[in-house]
Amino acid sequence: MRRRTRVGVAVAGCTVLAVLAALAIAVAQPAGPATAALGTVSLTPAPGLVARSTAADSHGHLISAPADPRRGPRTVSPVQCERLFAANGTGACLRQDGDLTTYQLAVLDEHLAVRREIPLVGVPNRVRVSPSGRLVTWAVFVTGDSYNGGRFSTRVGILDTRTQDLVPTLEDWTVTVAGRPYTATDLNFWGVTFAVDDRHFYATMSTGGHRYLMLGDLEARRLETVRDGVECPSLSPDGTRIAFKAARDGEPSHGWRLSVLELATGRVTPLAETRGVDDQAAWIDEHTVAYGLPRDHDGSDVWTVPADGTGTPAVLIPDADSPAALDVGRPPSDG
Amino acid sequence: MYLSTVDRSSGKRTRTGPRGTIRSVGGTVVVLGTVSLLTDISSEMVTAVLPLYFVLALHVSPVVFGLMDGLYTGATALLRLVGGYVADRFRRRKAVAGIGYGISALAKLALAAVTGVPALGAVLVADRAGKGLRTAPRDALISLSVPESMLGRAFGVHRAMDSAGAFAGPLVALGVLAAVGTGASSGFTALFFVSFCIAASAVLVLMLFARDRTDARTAATSVTLRGAMGLMRGAEARKLLGAAAALGLSTVGDGFVYLILVRQHDVAAGWFPLFAVVPNVVYLVLAGPFGALADRVGRRVMLRYGYAALAAVYLLLTLDLPGIPAIGAILVLYGVFYAATDGVLMALAGPCFPAELRTTGLACVQTVQALAYFASSVAFGLAWAGWGAAAPTGVALAVALLACGLTWVLLPKHAKPGETR
Repeated sequence: MRRRTRVGVAVAGCTVLAVLAALAIAVAQPAGPATAALGTVSLTPAPGLVARSTAADSHGHLISAPADPRRGPRTVSPVQCERLFAANGTGACLRQDGDLTTYQLAVLDEHLAVRREIPLVGVPNRVRVSPSGRLVTWAVFVTGDSYNGGRFSTRVGILDTRTQDLVPTLEDWTVTVAGRPYTATDLNFWGVTFAVDDRHFYATMSTGGHRYLMLGDLEARRLETVRDGVECPSLSPDGTRIAFKAARDGEPSHGWRLSVLELATGRVTPLAETRGVDDQAAWIDEHTVAYGLPRDHDGSDVWTVPADGTGTPAVLIPDADSPAALDVGRPPSDG
Repeated sequence: MYLSTVDRSSGKRTRTGPRGTIRSVGGTVVVLGTVSLLTDISSEMVTAVLPLYFVLALHVSPVVFGLMDGLYTGATALLRLVGGYVADRFRRRKAVAGIGYGISALAKLALAAVTGVPALGAVLVADRAGKGLRTAPRDALISLSVPESMLGRAFGVHRAMDSAGAFAGPLVALGVLAAVGTGASSGFTALFFVSFCIAASAVLVLMLFARDRTDARTAATSVTLRGAMGLMRGAEARKLLGAAAALGLSTVGDGFVYLILVRQHDVAAGWFPLFAVVPNVVYLVLAGPFGALADRVGRRVMLRYGYAALAAVYLLLTLDLPGIPAIGAILVLYGVFYAATDGVLMALAGPCFPAELRTTGLACVQTVQALAYFASSVAFGLAWAGWGAAAPTGVALAVALLACGLTWVLLPKHAKPGETR
């Protein structure tokens, strides 16, 4: 090819590619504002759930849904989140913070008014509120500090909404594995779930290919292993069982099976949900867990399944994820 | 403008300054630099948003992301060697590089289409495979396109353009996401498609403008597997591999350096991403000038300064000095280390291998360096877990000084073309 021809082909080719790229951007509509009618949602303990809508007309909005899907429609609130949870009148909402790559945790009161905002570094991943509504925890996913041979890193934070004390990371806590002090640098924590005493909690810690269930103590700043192979734990309202993601064949690359661990006996029961669940389950009563399951690229449904391995999964809230029941797990003193 | 291209041995003064440098290295280097710049914009804009896409759009947890990242390392090492040999065997360096760039471009397109975790893993491995395939042929094209005396600045210019692309990639991604939003996955689909278009334009530029020079002498020599194996029997080649291994062993990994800084200075986590920016900017700015300087003072000398900078980094880390100036000094020195070693090693390596086997030779050097680096970063991580960061940093300091000395003993003072076989 002569030089002029080559330049011509290059200019023509690059122009076509540039036009295609511009078209791709033009065709992709930004997620528009909610067209669904907005209403008032309360986090006051009462029968029913809150969740995050993935429906086209209210994508990302916090919604309330009746406990029985056949009774009444859902209500769309103006609050938008990427992940959310609520307990005993306290809401926690992980959301975008103006800029595209920064996020914040918004602590909400029972009327969804913002009580505190905490800037987060990383992509929000998990969020929980303690049964009393006092403690809030979150996990973000950070790739900037992938010191672990180019791997991921997650970071957990815990906020005491009464004292406003903030635990920015668990990485500097005392860790024991099988009773022995442990000082590896590749510790990653996520999936915190609180006990009713607002002092102890369970979480996942990954290190050296293991994913341990940890028992943490906020006062002693100490974490100890409970058992291996437990991810995204969720403590039952009575504190006796943990719903979690069990890696199939012990290999997370094979997907997960939603399972329940009985803490006293160590017995593990796989639940009737056989599809791969990559979510931290939420207990909606003593016998049932709820979880989000992606349906396609943009949509997701909230499903429930009995916590004892029986029954079959059923859709509880269509077009939603991040479920939280408003009337479970409160400490007895609160009624 | 008076342009002296400029054989140092002829005694003329070399033009320095960015303009003179870029012009004097010739068309192929600028073309390949442009190809790398575009490709790095394309791949870094994807890398920047991949965690967002996985966690927010696909609801995949971090563990899965980590698993996929782990697949990368193994996929590239072997393919790099195979690609290098095939490029030499069929004298198709440009074609092999083009296939590598093409695979990575198509991977961007596939990223927009697939959803399942295994499929995504396969796409990411293909992307990495493309990168493994293209690096050695591309570096061979650069090293064959300019006179031996210009190799330093040729690689310097190329690396500067390459890192400029890596720098621009995340900004382009931010711009695209600002236009389409992250609320729905269609935004990410658009971004991946834009990334594909940029990568495809790079392939177009490569295929249309890069020259694969096959002069009569190289064309006459037939390349065999035995010949390729014999490459490593030469004393010069072995010494060079030793130097590459030393370079790999003395680098413990950026992440560890930044992590030690974070621990020592109690820096807020928000600053962490900025740590990588400083050395990158230093690298971007200095790669060209250092390459040109290496041509004048000797590449061996330049490498030694690079190791000295690395040793200084480790020394400062061991001393645990307080304050922002200490952090700044460490990060700048770290960038100096990269600028003085990365392209310079390739410039040094090129003439050590005969033209017809140059791709294979460069692929071997890169593979040895990568494996040594992998070993040292794993060892550093284990040592840190066992004894804390101070002791392994001291060892790294010793290794860097040793590598500095080894380089001086091992490497040829003047690797002239044809003299090295």
